[in-house]
Amino acid sequence: MIEPRIPRVVNPETKPSNFCPGCGYGIILKTLGQVIDEMEIAPRTVFGIDIGCNLLAWDYYNLDTIQTHHGRVTSTITGYKRAQRQSVTIGLAGDGGLYAIGLQSLLHTAHRDEAVTVIGVNNSIYAMTGGQSAPTTIYHEITDTTPGGEFTNKRPFLGPELVADVVEKGAFVARASVNNIPNMKMLMKRAIETQLAGHFALLEIVSHCPTNWRTDAKQTIEFTDKLAETYKLGVICE
Amino acid sequence: MKTDNRELLTGNEVILRAAIAAGADFFAGYPITPTTEILSGWAKLAAKDKKLEFIQMEDETASGMAVIGALLAGKKAWTTTAGIGHVLMQDPLSLAESLRLPFVMYVGQRGGPSTGTVIYSQQELTLARYGGNGEGLRIVYAPSNAEELYELTQKAFDTAWKYRFPVIILGDGYLSKTLSPVDVSKTIPVIESQPYFLNGQIKNMRNCYSIEEELAEHLNFLFREFAEASREIVLSESYKTTDAELVVFAWGSVGFAAKVAVAKLRKQGLKVGLFRPITMRPFDSAAAIKAASKAKHILVAESSAGHFGRIVRETLAGTSDAAFIRLYKPAEAITVEDIMEKVAEVLHD
Repeated sequence: MIEPRIPRVVNPETKPSNFCPGCGYGIILKTLGQVIDEMEIAPRTVFGIDIGCNLLAWDYYNLDTIQTHHGRVTSTITGYKRAQRQSVTIGLAGDGGLYAIGLQSLLHTAHRDEAVTVIGVNNSIYAMTGGQSAPTTIYHEITDTTPGGEFTNKRPFLGPELVADVVEKGAFVARASVNNIPNMKMLMKRAIETQLAGHFALLEIVSHCPTNWRTDAKQTIEFTDKLAETYKLGVICE
Repeated sequence: MKTDNRELLTGNEVILRAAIAAGADFFAGYPITPTTEILSGWAKLAAKDKKLEFIQMEDETASGMAVIGALLAGKKAWTTTAGIGHVLMQDPLSLAESLRLPFVMYVGQRGGPSTGTVIYSQQELTLARYGGNGEGLRIVYAPSNAEELYELTQKAFDTAWKYRFPVIILGDGYLSKTLSPVDVSKTIPVIESQPYFLNGQIKNMRNCYSIEEELAEHLNFLFREFAEASREIVLSESYKTTDAELVVFAWGSVGFAAKVAVAKLRKQGLKVGLFRPITMRPFDSAAAIKAASKAKHILVAESSAGHFGRIVRETLAGTSDAAFIRLYKPAEAITVEDIMEKVAEVLHD
């Protein structure tokens, strides 16, 4: 029997998964675990999480992990990094945490060029509370608070593009998709290397939420690709 | 034949029905368990009825400020939140206290501190009463079941517009999420909302004062108005307290459990009563003192480690020699059986 290759940094006690079947977080967390293993940074890595489904990852890794408040992970890991400059601080948050309640912290952290890595998960909704609209909800998308597609905005909220406008030279801003794991992994690595070089990094990942999208496996992949038409993948600033 | 007007509704649905009955026409909010269904429920109503305004804001502070803006423009605006969102909402609430605006908010208490648990506690009492950086110039209603939730939510709007102080309906996730049969057909007269601005008169509203005496004068005015309004607003229930040797002090959901427990204990022949505040601020001190006047034992039952107990002790200080017994279960439910057991333990000692 072939055993699945689970990264060393993943806490085996965290099983069974806290996430819904088909959730993108499993893919993101496992891939980030592989990157941490390969870069051999686990002993000095501190992992920060926000509010939203990402908070379920509080014991996912054998890493010092801090679960913060909604939108506050960026500032919390900034404080840690300033006090422990040799550390690698990685913050994980959702689109609501980063682009709604936590936007000012994200922008100012980027503007100050704090040497932290922020990973933002864009599934176009607030998943933990049952699928309300997020800043990333696309035009006419149906969510719990946009019935029939009412109350959605024409313009998508381009978080990384906004951040790219305020960063210093040397910062790294990019967008990946869970539909392309090798590319996502490469960009995660670059986002951490940027921090090691002393600069701010933001990687947004377009991700799956079949539970709230009410999609099957095929539709989930398709909707993620559709989101990527609005949220263009690739390096935005380096 | 008497018809039954009751409908099977969750507490969150009851709150929405009450707000609509009270003439609410503007909602700004942010998702948080256990009150998200009020936000999304309002969105669904607003999608069908263009007279209802809806904005999902970027956080709770922004939501509260949007409510304030809408109040100034003459809307019957309100919001809901819970837990850590209730903390953030204290910022706009403090402004509403200073400007004396009819800010209405339902709070579904959840376990704290921090993210805590998402359903239940009675730990937000102090925050609801005195959360701002001021003197707690707000009214706090504490419904104990679905029927009261309907009645007090309507009353909250009425009180806010009548007396122009912020009003909080302090519920919890059990009240919000439980399905119960409830009559939501009764309504009370609605006070029409008028704009603060756009009425031809220039109003320069401020919340910042240069000298101590100036702010003191403003505060003293507010205290007088609050004290006067309090006499008409204050509500409590004293149940079988006249001859009670032991009086249970409880509020909100626990107050409902306590009432059932007291009724059962009376059937066993025990002289037990209940004092249940319905407004947590202002607090019905006179009724509380009267209810406790003959008691040998005061039992405070609450789902916190003493938010309510401290109010009871302060209120009864110097008026009662009764033994003070605590049934504190911070962020845990208190059942009818919990209260009956504790009472039996005290009275059989």
